[in-house]
Amino acid sequence: MRDVAVIGIGMTKWGELWEKSLRDIYVETALLAIDDAGVDHIDSMYVGSMSSGIFVGQEHIASLLADYLGCAPVPSTRVETACASGGLALRLGFMEVASGMSDIVLVSGVEKMTDVGGDKATYALGTAADQEYECYHGITFPGLYALMAVAHMNKYGTTREQLAEVAVKNHRNGSKNPLAQFPFEVTVEDVINSVKIADPLRILDCSPITDGAAAAIICPVEMAKKLNKPVVKVIGSGHATDAIAISQRKDMTWLEATYRAGKSAYEMAQKKPKDIDVFEVHDCFTIAELCVMEALGIVEKGKSGEAVEKGRTAIDGDMPVNPSGGLKSKGHPVRATGIAQAVEIVKQLSGESEERQVKGARIGLTQNMGGSGASTVVHIFEKE
Amino acid sequence: MSTPSRYWREVPQRYRLEANKCEKCNKKFFPPRLICPECGNRELVKTKIAEKGKIISHTIIRVPPSQYKDQAPYAVGVVEMDDGVNVMGQIVDCDFEDLEVGMRVKIEFRKLFSQGHSGILCYGYKFVPDS
Amino acid sequence: MEGIVGYGAYIPRNRIKVEEIAKVWGADAPSYKKGLMLEEKSVPSPDQDTITMAVEASKNALKRAEIDPIDIGAVYIGSESHPYAVKPSGTILAEALGSTPEVHTADFEFACKAGTEGMFVALNLVKTGVVKYGLGVGADTSQGAPGDALEYSAAAGAAAFIFGREKVVAEVLDTYSYMTDTPDFWRREYEYYPQHGGRFTGEPAYFKHIMGAAKGILKKAGMEPQDFSYVVFHQPNGKFPFKVGKKLGFSKQQIEPGWLVNKLGNTYSGSSPMGLTATFDVAKPDDHILLVSYGSGAGSDAFILKVTSRIDEVRNLAPLTRSILDHNKNYLEYGEYAKFREKIRKAD
Repeated sequence: MRDVAVIGIGMTKWGELWEKSLRDIYVETALLAIDDAGVDHIDSMYVGSMSSGIFVGQEHIASLLADYLGCAPVPSTRVETACASGGLALRLGFMEVASGMSDIVLVSGVEKMTDVGGDKATYALGTAADQEYECYHGITFPGLYALMAVAHMNKYGTTREQLAEVAVKNHRNGSKNPLAQFPFEVTVEDVINSVKIADPLRILDCSPITDGAAAAIICPVEMAKKLNKPVVKVIGSGHATDAIAISQRKDMTWLEATYRAGKSAYEMAQKKPKDIDVFEVHDCFTIAELCVMEALGIVEKGKSGEAVEKGRTAIDGDMPVNPSGGLKSKGHPVRATGIAQAVEIVKQLSGESEERQVKGARIGLTQNMGGSGASTVVHIFEKE
Repeated sequence: MSTPSRYWREVPQRYRLEANKCEKCNKKFFPPRLICPECGNRELVKTKIAEKGKIISHTIIRVPPSQYKDQAPYAVGVVEMDDGVNVMGQIVDCDFEDLEVGMRVKIEFRKLFSQGHSGILCYGYKFVPDS
Repeated sequence: MEGIVGYGAYIPRNRIKVEEIAKVWGADAPSYKKGLMLEEKSVPSPDQDTITMAVEASKNALKRAEIDPIDIGAVYIGSESHPYAVKPSGTILAEALGSTPEVHTADFEFACKAGTEGMFVALNLVKTGVVKYGLGVGADTSQGAPGDALEYSAAAGAAAFIFGREKVVAEVLDTYSYMTDTPDFWRREYEYYPQHGGRFTGEPAYFKHIMGAAKGILKKAGMEPQDFSYVVFHQPNGKFPFKVGKKLGFSKQQIEPGWLVNKLGNTYSGSSPMGLTATFDVAKPDDHILLVSYGSGAGSDAFILKVTSRIDEVRNLAPLTRSILDHNKNYLEYGEYAKFREKIRKAD
């Protein structure tokens, strides 16, 4: 297997982009990555997109986007594993370059969520859960994570305030991110008193509905060096699945797929959690960030709330998590998230994160999760 | 949003709690499966799940999906049935303040939702307090 | 001898008081309470309907019958609030109990006597040997027009009876039906609420048919009121059962155990059947019980039952009707009641 580097990244401002269609958002973003990489062609492309069918009535977007990007007849593959599609697109592109099948691969993700009403968006997101045995009974995405939160609070004594601290930290980070959907700070009181969604979660515990895309160009490390590009290598990749319904998991507070994907990635990279300088994880809800921290081995089981409360996961803490603002503040165009996490890590490792910079970051990790944790993709990056 | 055939196919589970069991692992599956995820056994045997259990987690849905538009807020929980099988379902006939992990509940037949004014009525199980 | 092998009831937990309804419509609550002998009525939650209540009542009946539901050869629900206009309620009940596919089902309708109609047919299929066990259910989520007198009494509940030949809890000694075409209460298709003839629903309707059926069956069986420990009449309000009982020569004590209406309301097709379940809950072996239903349109079905010693063995295998009536009650304000009963006009 060849070593693989990320040589170009692209992302535009996320939010409710009324004037832009799915195609517009995608092409603008992909061109940014291609220009950043300075390449004049690509060999293959992977597009993560969850529910373009439900959101804009469009399937077959792999070809649609290759066409509109002006890249046809290049092979294009749409990847779907709920909200982990972006991370999976990166993994598949990585495998294609590492195996020697292609040299320059565009990995990307896009979601246009605001052309439908809140009802339909909730329904579309719900298709990532068990339709017949979870959604049939009236559960929603916030509801699934609320059930995890109640179980976590009951088992470990995690508090409502500790959950809120995750949102406070991520908004503080996001306020420094010019591309974030909600670049403003919030307080613990703001979070705890915001509109109820699924007890105990309030609206400020939940990531938003967002339009956006993210893209990256990857190639073999040798080519990156020839192009005189700073070399940010993908040194670890892991992917795992779990029971789709949370009632079927052995422990509702434990993200087994995240643990296994993390383990594979750490083993491949020959790194341990304490070797990682900066993390971008899937905080679709505040409780998710806490559970992910535990499953990735960043903290012991049950100790995540305490760690956040003590400021250990802040940008200047000893284990910075989500310097970009996370899904909470940056936004969550479902399938684009996984690539956006990689974009942030590459910026961090290249020293380009401005006010969000984690000092001296050389090794970074992204964790991208689908649904209520039934799929997870983890990548580890290192700056040479 | 189900079609009549998708709804009808799950009736043995929704109306009668029909499940199946791997006799090698002694594990019950609800809904029934074609292959045991623990040991790969493909000869699973018909059974039913217990009708009573205890709550292991609960939440109150305030922002419902469209087919439950007029029913929010309502409680949903995961219940560990007395035979060890976990089931997700709504918890009704009790005040939200009384919901707690460990509370004993039992299954009752209810109407879950209707598919609009002219679509089919969808029935199934919910949980009520078992006092 | 054939008879009832299992019985069961179900009542939703919500209640609304007469005062609460009267307050909204500016009516005089005390006079309604006195005139109707009614205090409160049951209200179904939005997730309950005739079918869900029939399933739970039938499950209670199965607990007492101690039979395999697959042996039930006929399933009938009588109601005036079947959830579908076209698609049977009985199929869903039969499927939920596990009686399908070798089972005969039909939905019955005859205002408030639809329940006893299903019972009559189930009984006779057992009697003639066509089926081993037959299930007859009376269930309703009755509606009364806002502000109308019926709004104070229209309630929700279900009672289920499994008929068979072996391990009988109460033998059915005789039946008799009395019916004429009398338009005292009706609802046209596409109308939301029923209409009624006011005082015309009294003497020419309720009283004429109940008395006709009661006198008819007593004559046919050669029995008199004092031969019975209990009598159960259809209960449209608290007053009528005592009034007709007195006319026929029955005492208050014979009527009281099955008289649920003051706290339950009028459960239409469930009314006299539920009164029968409450009576079984207190009856002793060898007690004779007279059941007379009434359905507008109009007609009455009468049954003479004799309780066997098995009642003491099965009574406590399922909740007693008055326990269900008193259990976990949730009092509603009129606004929530109107929302539950879909009386509020919404955007589509």
